[in-house]
Amino acid sequence: MENLSFLRPPEINGLDTLRAEVRQFLEVELASRQPVARAESWTGFDATFSRKLGERGWIGMTWPKRYGGHERTSFERYVVLEEMLAAGAPVSAHWIADRQSGPLILRVGTEEQRLKYLPAITRGECFVSAGLSEPDTGSDLASARTRATSVDGGYVINGTKVWTTYAHHSHVLILFCRTSPPSKENRHDGFSQFIVDLKSPGIHVSPILDIAGKHHINQIIFEDVFVPESNLLGAKGDGWKQVISELANERSGPERFLSSFTLLVELVRELGSNPSQEAAAAIGRLGGHICVLRNMSRSVAGMLHAGDDPTLQAAIVKDLGALLEQEIPEIARRLVPLELSVDSPGLSAVLAATLLQSPSFSLRGGAREILRGIIARGLGLR
Amino acid sequence: MDEYLHLMRQTADRLFATHCDRSILTQSAAGVWPGELWRAVEEAGFPLAAVSETKGGLGLSIDTVLDLVRTAAEHSAPVPFGETIAAAWLLDRAELTIPVGPLTFASDRSASLTASKSGTGWLLAGKLERVAYGRFAAACVAAAPSAEGVRLFVLGRADYTVTHGSNLAGEPRDTLMVSASIPEERVRLVPTQVGSLHALGAVVRTCQIAGALSRIGVQSVNYAQERVQFGRPLSKFQAIQQSLAVLGDQIAAAAVAADMARHGIGEGRPFPKVAIAKARAGESAGIGASIAHQVHGAIGFALEHSLHFSTKRLWSWRDEFGSEHEWNVDFGRHLLEAGPERLWSEIALV
Repeated sequence: MENLSFLRPPEINGLDTLRAEVRQFLEVELASRQPVARAESWTGFDATFSRKLGERGWIGMTWPKRYGGHERTSFERYVVLEEMLAAGAPVSAHWIADRQSGPLILRVGTEEQRLKYLPAITRGECFVSAGLSEPDTGSDLASARTRATSVDGGYVINGTKVWTTYAHHSHVLILFCRTSPPSKENRHDGFSQFIVDLKSPGIHVSPILDIAGKHHINQIIFEDVFVPESNLLGAKGDGWKQVISELANERSGPERFLSSFTLLVELVRELGSNPSQEAAAAIGRLGGHICVLRNMSRSVAGMLHAGDDPTLQAAIVKDLGALLEQEIPEIARRLVPLELSVDSPGLSAVLAATLLQSPSFSLRGGAREILRGIIARGLGLR
Repeated sequence: MDEYLHLMRQTADRLFATHCDRSILTQSAAGVWPGELWRAVEEAGFPLAAVSETKGGLGLSIDTVLDLVRTAAEHSAPVPFGETIAAAWLLDRAELTIPVGPLTFASDRSASLTASKSGTGWLLAGKLERVAYGRFAAACVAAAPSAEGVRLFVLGRADYTVTHGSNLAGEPRDTLMVSASIPEERVRLVPTQVGSLHALGAVVRTCQIAGALSRIGVQSVNYAQERVQFGRPLSKFQAIQQSLAVLGDQIAAAAVAADMARHGIGEGRPFPKVAIAKARAGESAGIGASIAHQVHGAIGFALEHSLHFSTKRLWSWRDEFGSEHEWNVDFGRHLLEAGPERLWSEIALV
């Protein structure tokens, strides 16, 4: 079971100042943000807030300075992320770019692409969506059919992407699509990634309302959309490899166990300082689980920092994290009898909002069954 | 240093693999002391590994040495390995003489010892319950409150009578009736930063749970790969793969919990890391044991199979030195006292 192990996260001194700065900033910026809005967690969108973060140097923190980054460590970035999430800050506008698209452009993009997109991302002025799933393609990403056909000076894209978060507010989309048919040996061959300007002619973005009736996610139809050659991201045909390497970043961060944190805060408020045994045990357990997951997640951050491949560890963090996030609403309603309503004040609305989001916790970024398949492979079962 | 520790872990692994075979485990569960195993443990220098070199130890940090407890538990080693390491470390820290032989200590949460000053020593009376390997230990460390703070007492075999008891796995959990006069040189105030005996025991059990879970993970994966049903190995069934993945989650969580617990003791700040860790590992123990038995099917339920050596330990260890509930209440009260505005900062401090 040696390969399941998580190294103790390195102890980094000197993070307290940064943490205090972030807390002070959030106290001011989020002073009027109500719990039910905080409960949106990392699906909350606020372009102005993202620009302010950019001004503080808290987007693209680890990237080189010549691309607008700040050359800070991944541990400093982790502090900023977890403080944002714990406070229920609206981070969605820049989240995907900061977490995966920016690092991807940095790793495989051309110098021109880096200079064009990364500084704008760090200023909180360029928001990015990821175009992966399709109507017939969910967990089985290799069945994606959206295709880019070579034409003079670039490519023409046709197909449909779904579940693209905030595509209606984003500037660009990192598109995953076919540039050639699968090879006989490997259906993962023949994929490429493109940076697509969402204002390009032929792109039709339409809302997909979630079960709360909210508009976060979209369908995007590509109808003969021209993308210049210079927007191919990475090597042609390397799309699968590139997308897989994004996933470890996507699966192990603090957003994988803090999505319901605002509800826990409100539950603690409701229970007060003189709780029953049962309530104390429940809060202690949830808090303890968060502490252990935080350790695991920071350990993965350490692995990423050291250049190790944490695919298995990231899957474990996300599997356990989603279980916890989904358990919090159930425990809250056990401890505080409530009938849920989205427009009532206080705990009831926060609980309702969290519950209505909760099915996505074990779907987005890799469905539970897929993650467990990865873990089973790590155990040598497949 | 890392290389040295790696070698030590390998040595421990080989030692326990050699000395913890089925017949030893079966005899131990019936109350026989595995003398040869303990001699090997002593010859390897493990009991004093966390004791300073000036006192004949290896001078390693307790944080590091407790990782060997995980290795011992992988093999269900039927000796007070963790108890001895922890007690020796504690006595060293308290500047008390470390008795030779297997050591144990009693939780101070359930103890009912009373101590009173008498001449050049202390009169100690009361009952210590569920003491690990009490009947085989050369000495038992116990704690009792006094006006100046909690005091540690090193009790020799003549200081108590033993009534046998055991846990589900047949590990001795004895009742010691104490009635003795303890000279001052075997008494000290608990040094600051070592925490309580209860917490120290919780660290040991947390490390053991991590080890036993790792063992049943290996056993379950091997069994799933060997056992053929419906014309293919169990490991090829998705339902089995998904179950074992959940076991993998729990093994990983318990190992991280054990690491946190060791860390907490090592840095001299057991709370809340130890509370969190014991509760988390205890939860994993229950989930993990249940999955391992389900995957093994009927054969794992048979006494002739070796799975029970680990699962019965897991079902015992999760309750010893504080159940999930007990430690969760401790940490929960702490968080609720901190309140909603300080909830996150308390978590970020851990």
